[in-house]
Amino acid sequence: MSQDALLDLIRNEARLSHADIAARLGISEEAAAARLAALEADGVIMGYQAVVNQEEVLDENVSALIEVKVTPEKGGGFDKMARRIAKFDQVSTCYLMSGGYDLMVVVTGKNLREVAGFVSAKLSSMEGVLSTATHFRLKTYKESGFTYVGDSDSGRLSVSP
Amino acid sequence: MNYDSKLADQLKTVPRSGIRDFFELVQGRDDVISLGVGEPDFPTPWNIREAAIKSLEQGMTSYTSNLGMLELRKSISTYVEKFFHVNYQAATEVLVTVGVSEALDLALRALLNPGDEVTYHEPCYVSYSPSVIMAYGKPVPVPVKAERLFSLDPADVAAAITDKTRVIMLNFPTNPTGGIATEEDLKGIAELAIKHDLIVISDEIYSELRYAEGEHVSIATLPGMRERTILLHGFSKAFSMTGFRLGYACAPAPLIEAMMKIHQYAMLCAPITSQIAAIEALENGEEAMLSMKAEYKRRRDFVVNRLNEMGIPCHSPGGAFYVFPDISQFGMTSMEFAMKLLEQEDVAAVPGTAFGECGEGFLRCCYATSFEELQVAMQRIEAFIKRL
Repeated sequence: MSQDALLDLIRNEARLSHADIAARLGISEEAAAARLAALEADGVIMGYQAVVNQEEVLDENVSALIEVKVTPEKGGGFDKMARRIAKFDQVSTCYLMSGGYDLMVVVTGKNLREVAGFVSAKLSSMEGVLSTATHFRLKTYKESGFTYVGDSDSGRLSVSP
Repeated sequence: MNYDSKLADQLKTVPRSGIRDFFELVQGRDDVISLGVGEPDFPTPWNIREAAIKSLEQGMTSYTSNLGMLELRKSISTYVEKFFHVNYQAATEVLVTVGVSEALDLALRALLNPGDEVTYHEPCYVSYSPSVIMAYGKPVPVPVKAERLFSLDPADVAAAITDKTRVIMLNFPTNPTGGIATEEDLKGIAELAIKHDLIVISDEIYSELRYAEGEHVSIATLPGMRERTILLHGFSKAFSMTGFRLGYACAPAPLIEAMMKIHQYAMLCAPITSQIAAIEALENGEEAMLSMKAEYKRRRDFVVNRLNEMGIPCHSPGGAFYVFPDISQFGMTSMEFAMKLLEQEDVAAVPGTAFGECGEGFLRCCYATSFEELQVAMQRIEAFIKRL
């Protein structure tokens, strides 16, 4: 069994027990536990999160996707800036991008004002940040592989030839 | 009115489907975990569904050529050459049908004169015997055995051949047993077909879903067999497209022409939406198909292990998505076992006898259902047999 098979399984269903993993991959429970522990210790698996349906959550969290242009620094390229930005708790995701801007930063806050405040007070004012463009999320259709309007329960007959 | 007297005599000799009886029992119950299905649990891959939707948006809602869209037949020809290693001309040697079931019916009706015998293996798909009867032929089933992993012994076929035999019908991998054919056995069967000048109808609908070592071998590829084989295949199982109802037949032009004669009057053509979806499946469906196959294999291994662990002998089937465990030790008929399992544990599995008399003592369990459900189903089956 490859490391990939275990990762594929865990990526989709993080809450599987060691016994479940063992059954599905045809390995012993001990082997499943050991491999999982190794993946965690090596930092390959960084954590486990729930995928929450944003449309169903009552607290009015908002999130925005922010395009950030920065001045690359000598030696470190974009890494230093990207790491500094990524450290903020408000930032959930930060990617270095090809194309028209440098960093894509996803910022989440309680409301529009909080996110806008973070962008103007913290992000735009950082030395090295040349410009930002903020795009607020309006509606979610798919999140981490889960479509919000999924397939209906199968209409499969319970017995068929 | 006495409707019985109005119905064709021929039809009265076709028994009611055992599957249908069982289906009605299961229907009345909630919370049943069903291992009784004969189709994939995955929805059709999205790119295939999207191709169908797009064609509807574009107003592609007409009839097609009786044979099927040429573009689809070309894709089929390419796919069949790559997968089965046998070449068929898209223009004259491929017929697109409404599922393999239609293709099978067409082939039998095109080939049989009243009283002609058709030899095939049993347990087998539920339509084989009725389709032969409705084509005025005589079904001559040859039992296959668990000890031989439900493969077909050429010696048994030889013993069943008479001067009335006209057709040998094969289905490997097999619904309901998951059995596959070895190349050696196929060679033996091919020799018999050539010796007795028979046509072979080979239903290879499960051929992509082969988990055993080695490639799937079609009897059509063996020397002297292409000219006497009608190769049947379709999209339902490998591409999870059962509801699209799309299959095809590949055979020498005179045989396709004969089948087409019936198809054009009975069906006119297969639905265009399904044909367009099928093109997408053949052109861009392999990755999704392989990932479904990998999941089926994982489930097969789990179910086979669990059944054997709990003391129900079950061979590891080489293909399809069924296991066919032996429940004869419990002193019940297959039907009694299946009924009690349903009543006491809410697990539905089809009695082996639905697939022929020699299925007595066996159950068909389909593992095309989620892993969680399979786990619960196995726990329930274990609890059930512990009480016996």
